Amino acid sequence: MSTVQEVSSAPVVAAVPKKAMSLGPLASLVLLALLAITPFFVKNFIIFQMTMVLIYAIAVLALNILTGASGQFSLGQSAFYALGAYTSAILIEHVGMNYALTLPFAAIVCFIAGFLFGLPALRLSGIYLALATFALAVAMPQLLKLGVFEHWTGGVQGLVVTKPDAPEIFASMGLKVSQDMWLYFFTLVVAIIIYIVSVNLLKSRSGRAMMSIRDNEIAASAMGVDVALYKTLAFGVSAGITGIAGGLGAIAVQFVAPDGYTIQLAIALFLGMVVGGVGWLPGSLAGALFIVFVPNIAEHVSKGLSGAVFGVILIFIIFLLPNGARQLAFGAQSLFSKLRGS
Amino acid sequence: MELFTNQVLAGIATGAIYACMALAVVMIYQAIDHLNFAQGEMAMFSTFIAWQLMQWGVPYWVAFVLVLILSFAGGVIIERALFKPLAKAPVLTHVAGFIALFAIVNSVAGLTWDFTIKQFPTPFGSAPFLGSQLISTHQAGMIGVTLVLLLLLFVFFRYTRVGLAMRAAAVMPESARLVGINTSWMIALGWGMAAAIGSIAGMLIAPVVFLEPNMMGGVLIYGFAAAVVGGLSSPLGAVIGGFLVGVFENLVGTYIPGVGNELKLPIALALIITVLVVKPHGLFGRTIVKRV
Repeated sequence: MSTVQEVSSAPVVAAVPKKAMSLGPLASLVLLALLAITPFFVKNFIIFQMTMVLIYAIAVLALNILTGASGQFSLGQSAFYALGAYTSAILIEHVGMNYALTLPFAAIVCFIAGFLFGLPALRLSGIYLALATFALAVAMPQLLKLGVFEHWTGGVQGLVVTKPDAPEIFASMGLKVSQDMWLYFFTLVVAIIIYIVSVNLLKSRSGRAMMSIRDNEIAASAMGVDVALYKTLAFGVSAGITGIAGGLGAIAVQFVAPDGYTIQLAIALFLGMVVGGVGWLPGSLAGALFIVFVPNIAEHVSKGLSGAVFGVILIFIIFLLPNGARQLAFGAQSLFSKLRGS
Repeated sequence: MELFTNQVLAGIATGAIYACMALAVVMIYQAIDHLNFAQGEMAMFSTFIAWQLMQWGVPYWVAFVLVLILSFAGGVIIERALFKPLAKAPVLTHVAGFIALFAIVNSVAGLTWDFTIKQFPTPFGSAPFLGSQLISTHQAGMIGVTLVLLLLLFVFFRYTRVGLAMRAAAVMPESARLVGINTSWMIALGWGMAAAIGSIAGMLIAPVVFLEPNMMGGVLIYGFAAAVVGGLSSPLGAVIGGFLVGVFENLVGTYIPGVGNELKLPIALALIITVLVVKPHGLFGRTIVKRV
């Protein structure tokens, strides 16, 4: 028994024009200045939280490349995040490598893992892909606990990672840079590099190929786009970037353990993407702010009902701003230009 | 050989749990084309209502029927209030909505009834079934209820006007609307029925896994696995898939060394991925051919 279905059904993601995927130069500079200046005025704990925001922003950005650009769907980003975190932690603690050098390794390991996972995922679309990636995210903590890898991963106990000090050069110049501050700026630089690379990737031939697959797979393949290659490539790139975020996360939190990377993390990253606006790269930052701070706010409103408060906030956001922060930003922009015009 | 039959029997017993949940999953998938991640929490909430009614002295079967009606109404209300306005939104927004629903239901249940484990009564008793130590009368009753439910669903979808209209609305909404089916209400009806079936699943599962707000976490994942194995478009497939997953899980745990209790879940998930890759529409699902 087979059913014929018209292809007119709605795509997974509403199409986003390429121009609308990044931020204008002025807005970028203002945002960058804000990110660079704020840490000098706040306490160390807030700096740590800001570092986590940046790290989650990188992970959400990675998901945005996968979903927003290539139209694939993943609830399994926490698995790649965990892989990246473990790669970095093992290289730092067992091999004694410099923390900054471990990030490219985390990226490569995760790129390969993502590319390989992308191969079976090729045959799946929409909800089936969500399920398969969901399965990956649920299985990951169990796999990390396996006795076979215990020598390297530390099993259930996890691994403790030493926190890097700021380079000597600052001390010799008479500047006192705390560990948190140094890590924040280190993360900021990595985040900016990744952002620029991602924007350029989406502007390139590969990015256009991915977007054409998102908008209409059949038309894309008719135009000569290698659908299979670009879909797996999107998976690989996304996993690689998530791996870097994971590595940074391990360094910032100074600890990796299997139960730190459950399906909760994957769901959080997914929500971050929806809240930030699917396919709008700067929205990743807004999404990351949501991930880090909204659960705290919910906890403040009511201890027993924090989950419910979180859910209600989420529902408000998807009702009022179905396109997330992107909608807010574009609304503000058009208001601004209207005010200037009158 | 005896070990083998015992393990298969035990697998069928646990498989009944998954089959129940898979039925609810398939039901909602038929109506709205999405997997409802909050399904398990809705079932858990219904079960708590049943428990509360029984605490107030309502007899089991009266509570059972009341909960069925309440869950049906609840499902319809959730659809009308929450998901109808989102009907045109992209899939991603829907998934975010399911996650929000999950968080709300779980948290409200936790606050109302707190997180301690509660006993839930069974109408079938828990004596060994036909002298077998592996299947209790409750588990046998559960298998029976699942099969009856399946039969009812089959009759409903096959021979009633409403059932036919629901199938039409799910498969080809536009054409269904043209022949005068109110597709929007069909979706609400699907939500209601899924919630009711979920509540039955919840009430049957609760005596085995005990009642608490997080009781559905693992069960729902196995339910998904079962539904995928059987094919998301086939209620029969879902039930068979449930038993298969139960048996498979038990046999792998017994015969493959190194697979302890911790690895059972990843094994179920590996099964999902394998089936999806080899036969994306499941063992009994309809193949959907796309026309450009």
